[in-house]
Amino acid sequence: MLALFLRDIRLNIRAGGGALTGVIFFLAVIATIPFGVGPDLKLLARIGPAILWIGALLSCLLGLDRLFQADREDGSLDLLVLGNDRHMLALTVLIKCLAHWAGSVLPLVIAAPLLGLFMNMEPAAIGATALTLLVGTPAITFIGAAGAAVAVALPRGGLLISVLVLPLTIPVLIFGVSASYGATANPDPFLQPFLILAALTLFLAVLGPVSAALALRHGTD
Amino acid sequence: MRLIAENLGGERGGDMVFSGIDFALEDGQSLVVTGPNGAGKSTLLRVIAGLLPVAEGSVRIEGGGEAFPSIASACHYLGHQNAMKPALSVAENLHFWRDFNGDGDVGVEEALETVGLGGIGHLPFGYLSTGQRRRAAIAKLLVSHRPLWLLDEPTAGLDKASEARFAGLMGKHRGEGGIVVAATHLPLGLDGAKELRMGE
Repeated sequence: MLALFLRDIRLNIRAGGGALTGVIFFLAVIATIPFGVGPDLKLLARIGPAILWIGALLSCLLGLDRLFQADREDGSLDLLVLGNDRHMLALTVLIKCLAHWAGSVLPLVIAAPLLGLFMNMEPAAIGATALTLLVGTPAITFIGAAGAAVAVALPRGGLLISVLVLPLTIPVLIFGVSASYGATANPDPFLQPFLILAALTLFLAVLGPVSAALALRHGTD
Repeated sequence: MRLIAENLGGERGGDMVFSGIDFALEDGQSLVVTGPNGAGKSTLLRVIAGLLPVAEGSVRIEGGGEAFPSIASACHYLGHQNAMKPALSVAENLHFWRDFNGDGDVGVEEALETVGLGGIGHLPFGYLSTGQRRRAAIAKLLVSHRPLWLLDEPTAGLDKASEARFAGLMGKHRGEGGIVVAATHLPLGLDGAKELRMGE
């Protein structure tokens, strides 16, 4: 299983892996917002956490279509499915999700504080947003894996995955953003939405891989 | 160990591709599946491996013990694709499959020597020629032990010398009690193999 994790990380960072594509897209989204909204520093600081979250969410969805498709095209997916007796397929999917997260999404979380400066955010708000992204983005990858597994056989499945997955990621977005605001706006709570966010990640860490495994099992042809 | 198919039928996209296939293979025996394009050779192999559902009849393995309770756990499936990543080196690819599949008693370097690719393990898989890629995929069969080999056109793209070498590998595998099921258009050099003609 460690071998699978290391292989996927290597594939992510080598040529054509797409680890940087997400970060560059994230940068593009955040960098254009101040031009669109205008030079109102207060407004930018206020919408900052929400914009960072939306940017990260969209960047997460960007690379998801290749999660299983690359393995399907070269025949590896067949062998991963056949290995079900030794490594439960849902566990294999979970490892692939973790590798995808570490390779493609973790760079977004690391880039988020820097991009927060573009939005004139305070240090506390930047820290809180980065923390909620760190805890919340795995949930997006897990639920995205289910969408990627359903659309694995479609040649242009990327958009379909986004449409399938986006409604399911809305709760993650809501609690992520409200926890980020809770850290700075005084009457709002931080801990409660943050804990719900953590619970969502844990819940989807089970539901996502199990449903993705089910879809992959019945999707072989 | 025995591989038994009884009145086996398979379908693709709702149409029956083949039906009424019967065979039984013991340790050391092999089956060569022949037939024209579209006769269902690849579908048969995928049904046996469990990648496609059985439409009718049954296929099962007996006497696999605790190590190999099902066909999926007892088989190496070598399909049309080689299941290797072009961005990784040949050795990295093989190390991954060896770790993932387990039961490895042959080292990666040794397996590469056996298929005649010694000394090129450090090259990215994407740099290899078609025949070399196929040989690397054959090395994948060697790095972890499985009693049942399901081979779909295994010698496609191989030169004469590699074909002969592969015939020797299959012979050795059968000598150790392994079972080989191969779909092919080309003679594979499997002595005393049973033959299954499809699509006639």
